[in-house]
Amino acid sequence: MAATVNKSWTRWLPVAIPYTWLIIFFLIPFLIVLKISFSNTETAIPPYTPVFDGFAGAWEKAREFTFENYKRIVESDLYYRAYGSSVWIAGISTFFTLLIGYPIAYGMARSPLHWRPLLLMLIILPFWTSFLIRVYAWKSILTTEGFLNNFLLWAGVINEPLQILATNTAVYIGIVYSYLPFMILPLYSALEKMDDTLLEAASDLGSTPISSFWKITFPLSLPGVIAGCFLVFIPAVGEFVIPDLLGGSDTEMIGKVMWDEFFSTRDWPAASAVAVVLLLILVVPIAIYQNQQAKAAGG
Amino acid sequence: MKRLSWFNVVTLTLGFAFLYIPILLLVIYSFNEGPNVAIWTGWSTKWYASVFNNEQLMDAAKVTLWIAVFSATLATILGTLAAIVLTRFGNYRGSTLFNGMIYAPLVMPEIILGLALLLLFVAIGFERGFWTIMLAHTTFTLCFVAVVVQSRLVTFDTSLEEAALDLGSPPLRTFFTITLPIILPAVISGWLLAFTLSLDDLVIASFTTGPGATTLPMRIYSAVRLGVKPEINAISTIMIALVSVGVIITSILQKQQLAREEAERRAAKG
Repeated sequence: MAATVNKSWTRWLPVAIPYTWLIIFFLIPFLIVLKISFSNTETAIPPYTPVFDGFAGAWEKAREFTFENYKRIVESDLYYRAYGSSVWIAGISTFFTLLIGYPIAYGMARSPLHWRPLLLMLIILPFWTSFLIRVYAWKSILTTEGFLNNFLLWAGVINEPLQILATNTAVYIGIVYSYLPFMILPLYSALEKMDDTLLEAASDLGSTPISSFWKITFPLSLPGVIAGCFLVFIPAVGEFVIPDLLGGSDTEMIGKVMWDEFFSTRDWPAASAVAVVLLLILVVPIAIYQNQQAKAAGG
Repeated sequence: MKRLSWFNVVTLTLGFAFLYIPILLLVIYSFNEGPNVAIWTGWSTKWYASVFNNEQLMDAAKVTLWIAVFSATLATILGTLAAIVLTRFGNYRGSTLFNGMIYAPLVMPEIILGLALLLLFVAIGFERGFWTIMLAHTTFTLCFVAVVVQSRLVTFDTSLEEAALDLGSPPLRTFFTITLPIILPAVISGWLLAFTLSLDDLVIASFTTGPGATTLPMRIYSAVRLGVKPEINAISTIMIALVSVGVIITSILQKQQLAREEAERRAAKG
């Protein structure tokens, strides 16, 4: 493992095992998705003809190439709106997650040193608890007879219950709640590293706390802001559980469309094409995120 | 020692209230006597009894646990190897693809991964069920294990390994007698993370399952779609309790790891 190891083939065994696993269970599946997305619906609905049927069938297969599924995505209103509103809902939710997560991460980074491990654990703990359970917890809070409406009625803020469940607002709340730890952790690690003497110097030179924040703290925490936003935005675009359980019939998100296409319509080629387009939308943010991670890990 | 400003106290209090009140309400109302999960009628543990008498839920729990144990163990072996590759092999031909395959599943929407794996299993004619969920979970959790173990290996002092190798210890024995004991806390945290991720997963399991293998999240999901039920609150509370114990164990292990790193650093200096 170190530089002194002999150069025999056994040296490469540690590479070969996980590499082979990932090629079989990660790379090849994606190539199959790509292939099926170019197949005819009729020939690809299960039990559809197997993908690997030797070289004789390969040419036959190649001629069956069709852009039909992609044409449908481009032409259909449903897909357009679903992609658009997925990106929109994920964007709004990411913004609010940053808005809520930043002060929390800031408070943590400013807290006494001996508090920090406990605070960190309190942030991580909900992230370990089942995602599904946390989304479910909001269901009983947001119904018309739920805790939130009861509280607001009791406090006299509203006179009649609000319809929050089954609206996009519920989806925003669900995403912000579920993904908040993903935002707080990179923000905290960026803010914690900051050198306090910079702020002291600024205040000695007459800078107000607010202008110090925007001129020093925020720019220095930018890598954390970027990492956090990607960590929330990318999975939120493809989110299925939250819009399905908290959203309404007018909440269109591409994860839900794909799920229905797959489990209800059983149109596998269409679902594959939807997945490929979703990946194309996410490939730029994923690449930026990966690049940053690789850099942070030291290459 | 700095004191927290009132602004920080308020934001931290509100922030943690936002994170914990929903979970707390869910736990409290699992002990509610009535069937409504928002109106308190009295103390009762009858929903717990009904969880344990619900054969479907218990069967699903068993399936889920076994999948989690198998996939976490396999993912830990593969993920640890992958972490060694990431930190020790530098740039070799194909390293970019490997790094990409490790980091991509961390952020990729689960629904895409689930669909891709299902199509693979159908294409190779693998009968879907317990083992296909296990393989799928291994694949996406091994990347998380790799990242956790990698972060430990980055701060690892390689001179110990080099000394052992120089003294004629074979690489494999060096790994098991020197490297593994030192990175063990990270490996265990990786296993626990893989275990909870597998326990938790709904989307990938739904895609890769077949007749006869229904996991607990799948059961919970189909019940939750129809509305809120105190029984679900009860099973959720049990799961939250189990996971909390796991997290506390992990954080103790991490504390030990930090102490060990500190000792290493001191030894290197002295």
